[in-house]
Amino acid sequence: MLTAVIALSALALVSSLLLAMVARAFAVPSNPKVEEIEGALPGANCGGCGLPGCGELARRIADGKADIDSCPVGGERVAQMIALIMGKSYAGGLVRKVAFILCGGDDQVAAKRFYYNGVRDCTSAAILFGGDKACQYGCMGLGTCEGVCPFDAMHMLPTGLPEVEPVKCTACGKCVAACPKHIIKLVPVDKRLHILCSSHDRGAKVRKICAVGCIGCTKCVKEGPEGAIAMQNNLAVVNYDFDIPDTVAAVCPMNTIRAISLDGSGDNAGVKAAAGGGV
Amino acid sequence: MAGGKFFGGVHPEYNKDLAAARAIEAMPLAARLVVHFAQNLGAAPKPVVKKGDAVKKGQIIAEPQGFISVPIHAPTSGTVQSIDIFPHPVGADMQAAVIIPDGKDEWADGCNVERDASRFDAEAIKQIVRDAGLVGMGGAAFPTHVKLSPPKEKPIDLLIINGAECEPYLTSDHRLMLEKPAQILEGASYFAKVLGVNNVSVAIEKNKPDAIEAMRKAAEKLGIAVRGLDVVYPQGAERQLIFALVGRTVPAGALPMDVGVLVQNVGTSFAAYEAIRFARPLIERVVCVTGRGIVNPRNVLVRIGTTFGDVITYCGGQQPDAGKVIGGGPMMGVAQYSLEASVTKGTSGIVVLKQEEVAQFVGEACIRCGRCVRACPMRLNPSVLGIFAERLRFDDAGEHHVLDCIECGCCAYVCPSRRPMVHQFRRAKAEVRRKAAKAS
Amino acid sequence: MEEKKEREINESLDEAMPRFLVSSSPHIHDGTRIGDIMRLVIIALVPAALFSVYLFGLRALLTIVISVGSAVLFEALWQKMMRKPVTIGNMSAALTGLLLALNLPAMSPWWMILVGSFFAIVITKQFYGGIGYNIFNPALVGRVVLLIAFPLQMTAKWVAPSAWGMNAVTTATPLGKMREALLSTGHLDVHLTRHEVIDLLIGNRAGSLGEVSVVLLLVGGIFLVARKIITWHIPVSFIASVWAMSGIFHLVNPARYADPSFHVITGGLFLGAIFMATDYVTSPITPGGKLIFGVGCGAVTVVIRLFGAYPEGVSFAILLMNAFTPLIDRYVKPTVFGARKEKAKAAA
Repeated sequence: MLTAVIALSALALVSSLLLAMVARAFAVPSNPKVEEIEGALPGANCGGCGLPGCGELARRIADGKADIDSCPVGGERVAQMIALIMGKSYAGGLVRKVAFILCGGDDQVAAKRFYYNGVRDCTSAAILFGGDKACQYGCMGLGTCEGVCPFDAMHMLPTGLPEVEPVKCTACGKCVAACPKHIIKLVPVDKRLHILCSSHDRGAKVRKICAVGCIGCTKCVKEGPEGAIAMQNNLAVVNYDFDIPDTVAAVCPMNTIRAISLDGSGDNAGVKAAAGGGV
Repeated sequence: MAGGKFFGGVHPEYNKDLAAARAIEAMPLAARLVVHFAQNLGAAPKPVVKKGDAVKKGQIIAEPQGFISVPIHAPTSGTVQSIDIFPHPVGADMQAAVIIPDGKDEWADGCNVERDASRFDAEAIKQIVRDAGLVGMGGAAFPTHVKLSPPKEKPIDLLIINGAECEPYLTSDHRLMLEKPAQILEGASYFAKVLGVNNVSVAIEKNKPDAIEAMRKAAEKLGIAVRGLDVVYPQGAERQLIFALVGRTVPAGALPMDVGVLVQNVGTSFAAYEAIRFARPLIERVVCVTGRGIVNPRNVLVRIGTTFGDVITYCGGQQPDAGKVIGGGPMMGVAQYSLEASVTKGTSGIVVLKQEEVAQFVGEACIRCGRCVRACPMRLNPSVLGIFAERLRFDDAGEHHVLDCIECGCCAYVCPSRRPMVHQFRRAKAEVRRKAAKAS
Repeated sequence: MEEKKEREINESLDEAMPRFLVSSSPHIHDGTRIGDIMRLVIIALVPAALFSVYLFGLRALLTIVISVGSAVLFEALWQKMMRKPVTIGNMSAALTGLLLALNLPAMSPWWMILVGSFFAIVITKQFYGGIGYNIFNPALVGRVVLLIAFPLQMTAKWVAPSAWGMNAVTTATPLGKMREALLSTGHLDVHLTRHEVIDLLIGNRAGSLGEVSVVLLLVGGIFLVARKIITWHIPVSFIASVWAMSGIFHLVNPARYADPSFHVITGGLFLGAIFMATDYVTSPITPGGKLIFGVGCGAVTVVIRLFGAYPEGVSFAILLMNAFTPLIDRYVKPTVFGARKEKAKAAA
């Protein structure tokens, strides 16, 4: 019994001495701040900052090569913590963004050109004539965005459009990159007015294939503040630097423009009318 | 010439009896022709006509852009009604010219003149082939004059005329060989002259004994061999055909010219005959309209630009329970979403399937039964490629040679789990190519 | 998401111009479903199963019925509970149940069969993701679990066959007898007379339901190879390597190690080599891989039989090789048509 205790203790002592020696010999010199910053970061390795992982971002922030508020998941809170670690001041003002699908054409209102049978994935379906939707710009509804979201913030509604949960969305950008039609955008969470259409088709064509598509009538351009909404090739596009009143949504003859609350402040006028994208 | 049986392949029900006995008949001109500009692999030609222009039959309406490009000709005389975007039988909607025939069907000057072709040398033949807008008519639509211009380091010693027609249902090449064997062989002789080759072979699947007989008779005095090949799909695919006929293996990623072989379709050879001997550009082709979803299956000689709808109407229309309209054959053809799509130079057939014949690929889990591995003529492992594609592991798919897939459909054809493998591979290939393009 | 119901805008458009079905090529299929394949395997097992009922009586039939029924039931219940589509129609659960039954002695208690099929279906197959995702052969895991958990019921209860099981007498299996003799006397006491060989081949011997009739199993195997359900690679390499390895040992010491033909026709070798090792999901997909797999199974079987603690090694051997299957598939790849061998190796 005694021999066992002595033997094992000796073994433990020798092993730990060996480990300590090896750790010192093979130590990689690193900025001590890196570990602290890495501890402050969420640690999800989601790639939202554009880098492969939290470790890499920590290294870059410590070296001064990346901004303190680079982590969209951590947001202001984490930025403040990192500012403390770095001994810098942080002014704040990070506007939180969330993903938003600029399409309102669900199964009830958007025409389909054919019955699609194949891989349930938008990029694969796009191989076949650009997808079964008559509108070649619209959401294909097969859920590729839902599949890539690491935060469970994107879900396909039964009507055929995806819905973002702003609370969970971190604006990591994976859905934006995955969408083959490029109609998911990162929008500021405090802005309410959105145009749920990405179609550059002319108004006459849009009317035939979608009940809520933008027909380029420019009523919203005139009604809103100067420069807030611009016509780009038959499509009205919102400039999110502006504050646009909810009343602009009412002038749209196609119900394409909706006032939607993304920051949980309630009052979702126009959202329940059709199960469009957004909240 | 030793040959072998290539690995894999499947034996679908051929159903060629639906149209095999119907002689080719010329379809009367439709009331309107939608002539696409993008009808070949390579650069699409640029339109040189505009709305309102009058055109003559055979007149160039689009000029080639670069070397890998061929002109498009007006299929009949008439007026250009508009140039707009129309459904395309192979892919996304594309630009096309709508020509309203004037009923006179007048040839443009210089066209439709018989001449002594023996005075044309290799370069002259190639130029005629290019100016006539010739492309591979087996479906690939690769510009023929480019194919006839292999680099000097790759000498050709064998020309194969491909009459295999391995797709189920299709009989257009079959009828062409039965009815115009001498003309096909004359076209082949022009190709042989360009390449400086005296070894020419015609390959025909053994399920067409009458065609083999007809071609053999016509080839008797020409010293051209006519070989019957085993009936297996995809016997007509270039690599498999070359291996079966002469036992040469085209290296993966390389072309037949790398083993000294060139393959041309019988339809292309016939078009060459028309162009070189009679100065007739490529403006019409034999299309086999067949399938149980068509009221009167037949083989029709159709002007390029005739809409699928018009062709189908001419053949009695669709059966009430028709489910799918396919441009090409049922194994590799493209399912159409609109009958406004029109016949192009590569449209070898229109197959209309009944709803119950249409395969539904729901994609259950792979049970690793190995049928796809046994069926793949390129000796890939479709099972693991399908799983990689499903999991979005496109890098792994690339390492497992997904780019070597010829999209023949054998794997999906035999899969008991109904996995849509060809669709997955097309996506995977696009991702692999996109990544490679980004890297370079 | 399944096909959606038609909505207003599409309904009105469809009246004018009905929509076509569009999918990627190919547009036709040879019609085989998973159920067709499973059915053929079940058919191939029927002769051996029926004969086992003749040999061992109604208890055998009961064992088969309980095993198949409970396997199907467990799968249906599990899939319903997990809100997944219920796939018992593809008959893979039924086949697993049948294979499990054929691996059990005739006098198996009913509760033991239920435990076995639960382990086979729920734990070995469904826990891993359902059909196509399991690493180990479900029926074999069920059998091995029962062997280790209930050694008495699984080994001491073999009965000698008698017409319809009328005069059931417990006895040992041929391999068991051989091992007993070996342990007690230090050398073999097996004397292969003509009579005994025929008995061993036809099935007139003690053993599990499915393993006894080598001849009927062989008939089933040939049927499956002819119908292209299985290939010859695994059964032939498995049996050949058992024959070769046991043959080597027999040559070295005939007094201790039995004749290779004895090893080949006793025990569950034919059942294992033809019906268990060839399970699609758990065996390599390439012909070369299958050969390696078969040889590995054979080698381990012989080692366990000759040097291990159990008289029979087929089940353990197959399960061990199942674990190697992903590795074998990783390194044994078909050479792409036209690729040179060196390039293929470099890419691997």
